[in-house]
Amino acid sequence: MGNQETQQSSERYRAGVLKYSQMGYWQPDYEPAETDVIALFRISPQEGVDPEEAAAAVAGESSTATWTVVWTDRLTACDRYRAKAYRVDPVPGAPDQYFAYIAYDLDLFEGGSIANLTASIIGNVFGFKPLKALRLEDMRIPVAYVKTFDGPPTGIVVERERLDKFGRPLLGATVKPKLGLSGKNYGRVVYEALRGGLDFTKDDENINSQPFMHWRERFLYCMEAVNRAQAVSGEVKGHYLNVTAATMEDMYERAEFARELGSVIIMIDLVIGYTAIQSMAKWARRNDMILHLHRAGHSTYTRQKNHGVSFRVISKWMRLAGVDHIHAGTVVGKLEGDPNSVQGFYNVLREDHNPVDLQRGLFFEQDWAGLNKVMPVASGGIHAGQMHQLLHYLGEDVVLQFGGGTIGHPMGIAAGATANRVALEAMVLARNEGRDIWNEGPDILKAAAKQCRPLEAALDTWGEITFDYTSTDTPDFVPTATAS
Amino acid sequence: MRITQGTFSYLPDLSREQIAAQINYCLEQGWAVSIEYTDDPHPRNTYWEMFGMPMFDIQDAAGVMVEVDRALSEFPEYYIKVNAFDSTHGWETVRLSFIINRPGEEPGFRLDRLEAEGRTIRYSTHTYAGQNPAGARYGRGETA
Repeated sequence: MGNQETQQSSERYRAGVLKYSQMGYWQPDYEPAETDVIALFRISPQEGVDPEEAAAAVAGESSTATWTVVWTDRLTACDRYRAKAYRVDPVPGAPDQYFAYIAYDLDLFEGGSIANLTASIIGNVFGFKPLKALRLEDMRIPVAYVKTFDGPPTGIVVERERLDKFGRPLLGATVKPKLGLSGKNYGRVVYEALRGGLDFTKDDENINSQPFMHWRERFLYCMEAVNRAQAVSGEVKGHYLNVTAATMEDMYERAEFARELGSVIIMIDLVIGYTAIQSMAKWARRNDMILHLHRAGHSTYTRQKNHGVSFRVISKWMRLAGVDHIHAGTVVGKLEGDPNSVQGFYNVLREDHNPVDLQRGLFFEQDWAGLNKVMPVASGGIHAGQMHQLLHYLGEDVVLQFGGGTIGHPMGIAAGATANRVALEAMVLARNEGRDIWNEGPDILKAAAKQCRPLEAALDTWGEITFDYTSTDTPDFVPTATAS
Repeated sequence: MRITQGTFSYLPDLSREQIAAQINYCLEQGWAVSIEYTDDPHPRNTYWEMFGMPMFDIQDAAGVMVEVDRALSEFPEYYIKVNAFDSTHGWETVRLSFIINRPGEEPGFRLDRLEAEGRTIRYSTHTYAGQNPAGARYGRGETA
């Protein structure tokens, strides 16, 4: 039991203040156990604070420590409950920043609870004065802990089987304008986009139940549109009915109504909170419902490299919490997204097992232990002319969402949808035939457009549009700019 | 109307060479190719008839094309699709599925509405051709 050296001595527990590293939170010889939760923080210590002490402080404040020695530690197996900072590395190219590796015993966490996990790991410590800034870069979740979570209620495999759609990215669009349409007009956009060839349409994150459109009105008209589109195409279609609301009772009421109407999918926003997300995941599992998560709000803490929580960590938490879809970046669209970082997020969501991959920002090997895969969603400023780049960067298990790129089409919404679908199918066909889509992509699209007037019009309208800005959130091991 | 199930239904009908190229891709991935046909293309008709077993042991596209040709000549007025099945752990499902034949005429679907309480509507989708018995739904329906 415990470390026999200094820890148990009366000296160690004399009232007063000790350095965190002296309290046992810095243990450079510690070998993490297979069952430990491991967190990697980027720390920016204040002037004069050495990195090991700063790492020890983070370990202490995210586990058992308070600012002073307490004798009541001696009533516990405190050595076990202390998180251990065991490694500190300088960040390449950033002189005042360090990567601190911290291991946490599994007993520190309640099974199956993201709220509990995060209350420790990001609870108090981000406001801690000896640090200028702190960022949670990555986590290793041990299999023993993974197994306490239900994970995605549906998963990529079952979603595809239910929808009967294989071998290509799914296509979606967010109804625009996102605010102001009446239920009847809103349903028109859904119908046109689905009959034109999309698989899904989507409520936007802030469409809930406003004066211009009550939620029931939206649900009824959207389901009329979905069913009509199914009948004219012979395909299963869906509309993400956003059930986000002020209370769990309201959300359950809306989700029940969506189920009653025969919707295959509902939607929630990240801002509802981790516990609410887990509750909706359990509801979705009970009701055979695909659960779509919009990551509303995440950029407030994921985007800046020196402070906050990396989106790869959010991706891991959301796979555990149990969502089927999550917005995870486009690389080429209008929103933040370095190619390597985004591929790192996608790998976290979709693979059975992630090897260490520093170029993509993955610091740990992660075994997902059979947990369902999450379908990433690429949404925001993408269009048919980028189809080869999207398929190249994002692969085929992804929902590509063209909102403006569908609804803003000069020939109308259905034509916009058809343009996207034809571009997608032509690109997948060509890739499977062994063609080099990265280089031949524009030619493949042009050839497909010869037999599809809507695609020709889409390429004429948007073919040259790119969002070529340098990314903020890039991996530290390969400096890159966003490719166009 | 043109039923748009399957991976490539928005493209012009695939030529024999294009079908063989896709089958070749599937075999390169280590997937088992199978052929299915139906005269009930309802979007939720999961179980089309199997045209033989999945071809787990056929390694070259030419071998699969022999079966494709046989299916096309036996069921010219049916929907026929090629599936590729991936038995890898974590997938164990179809990875590609595309229609390679369809009836000369596709009358499509009727949508029925049953008005229920609170403006709720119960929807039901029916194939027009499905009013006829199996085997007599499309074209001459010569084969059952």
